[in-house]
Amino acid sequence: MIERVKNRLRKRSGKNRIKQRLIIFSVLVALLLLLALFSEKLCPYDPAQQNFAIALEPPGPAHLFGTDRYGRDMLSRVLVGAHISIFSALILVAVITAAGSLIGVAAGYAGGKLDAVVMRISDICLAFPGLIFALAIAAVLNGGVENAVIALAAVSWPKYARLSRSQTLAVKQSDYIQAARLAGNTPVQMILRHILPNIMGQILVTAMLDIGTMMMEIAALSFLGLGAKPPTAEWGSMMSEGRSMLQTYPWVVLTPGIGIFISVALFNLLGDTLRDYMDPRNRRETVKNS
Amino acid sequence: MKRYIFKRLLLLIPIVLGITFLSFAMMRIAGSDAILQQVDATGIALSQEVIDARREELGLNQPFLIQYVRWLGGFLTGDLGVSYISGNDVFSTFVSKLPATLFLTGSSMLLTVIISLPLGILAAVRQNKFTDYLIRTSSFIGSSLPNFFVALLLMYFLSIRLPVFPVISEGINLKSIVLPTLTLGIAMSARYLRQIRAAVLEELGKEYVAGEKARGIEFSATLWKSVLRSCLVTILTLMALSIGSLLGGTAIVESIFMWDGVGKLAVDAINMRDYPVIQAYVVWMAMIYVIVNLATDVIYRLIDPRIRLEGERR
Repeated sequence: MIERVKNRLRKRSGKNRIKQRLIIFSVLVALLLLLALFSEKLCPYDPAQQNFAIALEPPGPAHLFGTDRYGRDMLSRVLVGAHISIFSALILVAVITAAGSLIGVAAGYAGGKLDAVVMRISDICLAFPGLIFALAIAAVLNGGVENAVIALAAVSWPKYARLSRSQTLAVKQSDYIQAARLAGNTPVQMILRHILPNIMGQILVTAMLDIGTMMMEIAALSFLGLGAKPPTAEWGSMMSEGRSMLQTYPWVVLTPGIGIFISVALFNLLGDTLRDYMDPRNRRETVKNS
Repeated sequence: MKRYIFKRLLLLIPIVLGITFLSFAMMRIAGSDAILQQVDATGIALSQEVIDARREELGLNQPFLIQYVRWLGGFLTGDLGVSYISGNDVFSTFVSKLPATLFLTGSSMLLTVIISLPLGILAAVRQNKFTDYLIRTSSFIGSSLPNFFVALLLMYFLSIRLPVFPVISEGINLKSIVLPTLTLGIAMSARYLRQIRAAVLEELGKEYVAGEKARGIEFSATLWKSVLRSCLVTILTLMALSIGSLLGGTAIVESIFMWDGVGKLAVDAINMRDYPVIQAYVVWMAMIYVIVNLATDVIYRLIDPRIRLEGERR
């Protein structure tokens, strides 16, 4: 009896711990988003203000992250960089999630020719090594953050189309979907009201885990000169700009890197926790407990 | 088996057509043709008549599809045109730099297996113990660092602070390959570790493991002989899937460490908008990727006869 209670408590605390982590990381990510949103107002100096008298100062009390070769305050630039780096990744993930899953659900629900065509197109897209293709597209589009986002979107949507298609095929045969169809729902209603809400969880988890990856890929394109261009404060391009000074003025290169690391890590932590939370194995435990 | 390979090779045809057509179309959409590019590159102003004559000569005034077919013919015979910048033959330049990239890809793959396989197994065996947490935390940190940042960190600590390795590669040799390999290996191991751990854990939970324990077979024997064998398929899948990102990663890492392979060639070409070189790179990388995937599918079958390959079902 005591054993059983103990066991039950342990299981419940495991689930609670995941919930706790979920809350903590959500709050942290929310703080990060607020920081990125209001970065212009929060930064101590004007990030574009050049002052050659204080160029390349090492980190100190006046400039916590030091200054770059134009005497711009690195802390301000890293803070402002958060805005572009984080929001472009969020927009990118939102676009590929929405487009990919709509295409996938439509293909899975309709079946037949539409399905075959969509799947062949996604086969060809998946046959490309993603980043290389994105590099080529970004080069053709002549760089810029928007174009880097477009390039990455063009190569990343098939993953979501695949995922949502297979999920759709899985729920399509279930009784409640059949019932909804018999009740006279139109295909659009079926997809939007009955299928999408049921497969959203899995897609959402995948999207959350993708934010960090996409942030790194946008930064990588910028690093190669195919995304944001100087003097825009974006982490990837800032690191590329300061690359030649790694030996003498390392903070110019390393501080934007720390910015990328912290934000990618936070999004990954939230994504991992969300996945654990949605994991049916954990859910089953709660059902048993309740 | 032969029939399967044959069928897969046939399936390559539409994929190759798709890849070449897409990349050809993309370079055309880029808006500029070879003549204008050369004019831009040399900075010499040519009269419209000369430009038209050169266009005629290169067949650039013909319809798009005919141009594509001609280009494809050239591609199949190893003629990819000349670089806009250097004027060198693209295909031979590409072929001469390919070994360096393949060398780097191979060494990174090897390092990844050396790091992630033992650590992944260790983490699974010591599940929820300190070792496990330590390994998982490192893997988490590794997967949250973009590879160009890892490259710069390694460069800072291992060639500037402690001058052990050259900052930029001094030719294609063992000393120069260490840092690029470490960069790519760290990023990939971080990703592999978790998946190998998960695969081993799942295998350890199966009944035969308890069964062997009950029969008094030593745990290490079970681990090495049965569990690992069945995890091989997972590990192979991982490797096949990561070839794409590895090839993409070589582009960045090569250009940071000045490793003279096709990745650096491509990044330089991208910066100078040298379209024939970019095109050659994209098409050939995609081909390598497709062929590696095919090879993995075949190897699956050799490792695990339970997997039935498509085309053998009937």
